[in-house]
This record gives sequence, structure tokens and C-alpha cells, in this order.
Amino acid sequence: MKKLPNAPERKRALLGTALIAVALAVLPLVVAGTLGNTWVRILDYALLYIILALGLNIVVGFAGLLDLGYIAFYAVGAYLYALLASPHFGIHWPAWAILPLGAIVAGFFGVVLGAPTLRLRGDYLAIVTLGFGEIIRIFLNNLNAPVNITNGPKGIALIDPIRIGGHSLSAPLDLFGVTVPGVVLHYYLFVLLAVGIVFVGIRLQDSRIGRAWVAIREDEIAAKACGIDTRNVKLLAFAMGASFGGVAGGLFASFQQFVSPESFGLLESVMVLCMVVLGGMGNIPGVILGGLLLTLLPEAFRYGAGPVQQVLLGRVLLDPESLRMLLFGVALIAVMLYRPAGLWPEARHRRELAEAAAEKKA
Amino acid sequence: MTVLLEARGIGKRFGGVQALHDVSLTIRRGEIYGLIGPNGAGKTTFFNVLTGLYPRDGGEVMFDGEPLKLGSPHEVTRAGIARTFQNIRLFANMTALENVMVGRHARTKVGVGGAVFRFSSARAEEAAIHRRAEELLHYVGIADHANDLARHLAYGDQRRLEIARALATEPKLLALDEPAAGMNATETAALKTLVEGIRADGVTVLLIEHDVKLVMGLCDRVAVLDYGEKIAEDVPAQVRNNPQVIEAYLGGSLEH
Ligand SMILES: Nc1ncnc2c1ncn2[C@@H]1O[C@H](COP(=O)(O)OP(=O)(O)OP(=O)(O)O)[C@@H](O)[C@H]1O
Ligand SMILES: [Mg+2]
Repeated sequence: MKKLPNAPERKRALLGTALIAVALAVLPLVVAGTLGNTWVRILDYALLYIILALGLNIVVGFAGLLDLGYIAFYAVGAYLYALLASPHFGIHWPAWAILPLGAIVAGFFGVVLGAPTLRLRGDYLAIVTLGFGEIIRIFLNNLNAPVNITNGPKGIALIDPIRIGGHSLSAPLDLFGVTVPGVVLHYYLFVLLAVGIVFVGIRLQDSRIGRAWVAIREDEIAAKACGIDTRNVKLLAFAMGASFGGVAGGLFASFQQFVSPESFGLLESVMVLCMVVLGGMGNIPGVILGGLLLTLLPEAFRYGAGPVQQVLLGRVLLDPESLRMLLFGVALIAVMLYRPAGLWPEARHRRELAEAAAEKKA
Repeated sequence: MTVLLEARGIGKRFGGVQALHDVSLTIRRGEIYGLIGPNGAGKTTFFNVLTGLYPRDGGEVMFDGEPLKLGSPHEVTRAGIARTFQNIRLFANMTALENVMVGRHARTKVGVGGAVFRFSSARAEEAAIHRRAEELLHYVGIADHANDLARHLAYGDQRRLEIARALATEPKLLALDEPAAGMNATETAALKTLVEGIRADGVTVLLIEHDVKLVMGLCDRVAVLDYGEKIAEDVPAQVRNNPQVIEAYLGGSLEH
């Protein structure tokens, strides 16, 4: 039987939650004060990537369906927001209406693009989803003629920022004499949504639906024999993952106030997949860690590699940009070699590794 | 006794191999029905067709008074046929308990909303799934291993776990594909008791098994397949003395 949480345990859990909440609330202020607003902006992007990675984790981590076109749903969410809140069509819907709609529309795309792939697994699935991802991007690139829908490669600019209580999140807010910059306001919104999505992910994982996903990942035929309608349950995974992506896309569009097709290339899909795989497929904290590391570390290199070389060597020997990619590649290979289940793997994998270690000792 | 399952004229061909040819058989409610035959006779193929895993070339199945929709395995399971696999197919990286909990899928219904918001009905259902899974682990005798990963169970326990998972779907017919394969004499005896208990609890059993002693001791009736054709269907005592069966299959194994 699952143990009922006793009083001290519950207290500890509550205390932990409170601590995390305080840390998350204070973080942007500290970062803004020490590293500057640029880094808060980077944190904002990290949060968007975390939401994306959590969505992809449902498809890849839970259900075991390798999706290389996931960024398409981010694009759908972003363009939906751009079209419904910009001068492009002269429509200016509020964010609270577009973001949920983005989740639904992206979820629908998830089903439409998922349906033809249901019989595929592994490599084949990866290739087909990769193709679908590219098709969406190419559509966005070319849907500017004969009727201009997406404005083609030029993208859509002047997108409305999100407004809460009449205040635009892109403008600084004066609060009791303190000026809170827009990036910090966005941070709070993104954190709230990310926490909500983590909550949904955890609840799903620990349910009949989550077990069905894992069962399909483990053995599809046995899953069918257990009475699981694998088609529907897989489509549900695609839809849920895609809808998270759609929300992240809408946030991205409103935050940047500009979207263009080039933000949604294959490399972005691969990047999000790396966050899931490196962090620890199927493990929500691991995926969050993966998202954080893969957004923060490259930026740290971008800003740090030049000055560090200047100090150590007296001049900049290696271009920070190529050094960044080099180290990224090395880090990826190292993780795959030494921690194949990811930095922070799912409990089942963790248990396996521990047992393997114990066996070795014995 | 009433008829639970009636298969008529089932055929299945793989390229040049006629794995099943016009196989008809009738399983009565509450019996243990054996399906035997030499290697490659088509026994597993019959299971695969019956449970909707392979499309059939011809024939149909009446189950529990209604035509069985062959073609979607999950619907066959929902209709009341559960199975185990000759080469064990567990969810290797899930615990024994979770494996059985997955087996409850067909009979439960909490969706995304219930999972996320945990309405009281969803909580009650989840608790019931958990409780039933524990009961079933206990029933097949591996309650001690509830929290072990399926792939770490001993071979015989894995077979028992597969039976527990199949029982979790609340079958009217439990189809076991060589459940005693790889078991020693003690384990086989325990398995025999288990299968008898399952039947006593009202579940009809269809059993593929190579262990002739087990089949003859356990089954009420036995069908013999040879090269995809049914060559006999009768009570064990008759089948054992059927010259065609002795020639095709029993010849060697009865001498011990
Ligand atoms: N998926 C498949 N593709 C091609 N041929 C198959 C397939 N499954 C079974 N066969 C063939 O069909 C025939 C019957 O096989 P089946 O597995 O049903 O035999 P069986 O009676 O279960 O034998 P065993 O006692 O060895 O398990 C064999 O010739 C086998 O090679
Ligand atoms: Mg077989």
C-alpha cells in the first residue's frame, strides 16, 4: 500500500514547496541585480524551453515515441498568437483567449500529424515526424502568396505583448516606488505557467493514462493485450505534448513580439529533444534540469568564453561561438557515454543503475 | 455446459506456410481446454488470430453468444479474452504491481481531466486499481515481489505475473501459451494448482502446453493441431489413444 503521508512528512513537503516558491520569486530580482536584465531575459527563454521540453517529454519520455518535428507545435502556437494579436490582420485578441486556443489548436495539430505515424516506431517515426516538422516551417515560409497569411520569411512583427490588468508585460511596472522591468514580469508569468505544466505532467504520469503510456513504451503488443487502445492513447500523448508546445509558442510570440519561420527549424527540435534526453527521459525534474542547462550554459559560454580567454591567454584564441558548439558536442557525447539514462534519470532507470552497481560490488 | 467460444474455419497463411487450415473448435464454459501439437503446428498462431493480433484469412469466432470482432486486440480483451505469451511479454521496467495495474486499464476509465484534477471518483478508482492489483499478486503467489521490476523476477514468477496481469482484465476466457515452459517439477505442480484455482473461480481456461503429463492431468478436453489442422478433439483419455495423435505427436513423449 502507498503510505499515507504522516504529519512530519507533510510538513516537510509543505516547507519544501514554500522554499522553492520563495526561491523562484526572488531569483529574477537577484539575477537582475547582479548579472543584469540580459540574464533575466535568458531565464525567460529557459522557462519557455522547459515548457517545451516537458511537452516533448510526454511524447518521447512517457510514451516512447521519438518525435523530431516537435517544434512545429511551438510554431503553430506562436503563429496563432501572432495572427490574432498584431497589426498583420488588425486583430487584437487578448492573451487569455489566445493562449488556451493555442493549446487546443496545437493539440489538434498533434493529433493530425500523429495519426499517420501510429504504425511507425523508432527510426521510421523519427524520420516522418522530422518531415512533418519541416513541412509546417515551409508552409509558414510560403503562405504569403497568393493570399498573405503568414507574411512569409519576413515574419510577423509588432505582436501585442501580454497585458494583465491593463498593464503590458513588456513595459516596466512601478510598484511602491520600485521599477520592475518587463523581463521580470514575463519571468513571473512564465514561472507560473511552467509550474502549472509541471503539475499537469506529474499528475498524468502518476495515473492510469501515464501507466498506459509507459506500457506502450515498454511493449506495445502486451499493452494492446491489456486492453489499451494504443491508437487513442498515443494520440493523446501527441495531443498533450503538442498543446504544451502551443502554449509555449504563444508565450514566445508575445515575448519577442516578432515571429518568423526561422525560429522553428530542425535544430530547435533537436535542441528540445536533447534537453529531454540529457536531463533524463521520462523524469520531470530531469527534463527541467536539461532545459535549464542547455539554455543557460551556452549563454554563459557566449558571454564568458571571450573574457576568460582574454584573461588567461591575453587574447581571444578561439571564437566563443564555435567554442560553444564544440563544448556542447563534447558534453553531449560525455553524457551519453557516462550517463546514458540522462543526468537525472527516471526512478526506474535509477533503480536499475543502483542495482547494477550493487551487483558489481557483491 | 454451455458453449463459451466457438471458432469456425479459422485459416491463416504466412507466405508459403499454411499455419492454420480450417480450424474449428468449441470451448465450453468453465472447462480447461488444452491445445497441443508438435512445434510449429500453429498453436500460438491460433492464439494470435483469436486475440486479434494477426488478421485471419478466413473463419469466425463466436464468443459468449456474440460474434467476436477480430482485428483490434484491445477490443478482444474488453470482450473478455485475456492471454499470456509464449515468450513472456511483461512491461520490463515497471514493477510487478504496476504491470498488474496496467491490466486494469480495460475495466477502468479515468481520463486526462480525472488524472489532473483527481476528483474523488478518480481517487477512488485509482485506489481500487491498486487494491485489486495487490490482491491478484497475492492470488498468484508473488505478493512479496510487488515492488520489484518485472525484469528482475525469477522466470517462474514472471510467468505468474503475466497470469496476474491477464486476470486483471477480468477475462471470461484465459488463454495461456505454454505457462509451464522452463519450470521445474515443483513450479509446475504449483502452476497446476493455480490454474485449477482459476477455473474454480469461474474463469474458463485455454491452455497451450508441451508438458503432456500436465495437459492430461489438467484439461477436461484437448484439441490436437498438426501442420495447422485439427486432428483430434476429445477428452484426454481418448486423445491419448488416438493413433493419428500418437503418430503426429505423442509417440515419443508417452514412453517416459
Ligand atoms: N509472424 C510469423 N511470420 C511468418 N511465419 C510465422 C509467423 N508466426 C508463425 N509462423 C509460422 O507458422 C507456423 C506455426 O507457428 P506457431 O508459432 O503457431 O507454432 P506453435 O504450434 O506455437 O509451435 P511451438 O510449439 O514451437 O510454439 C510455423 O511454421 C511458423 O514458422
Ligand atoms: Mg507456440
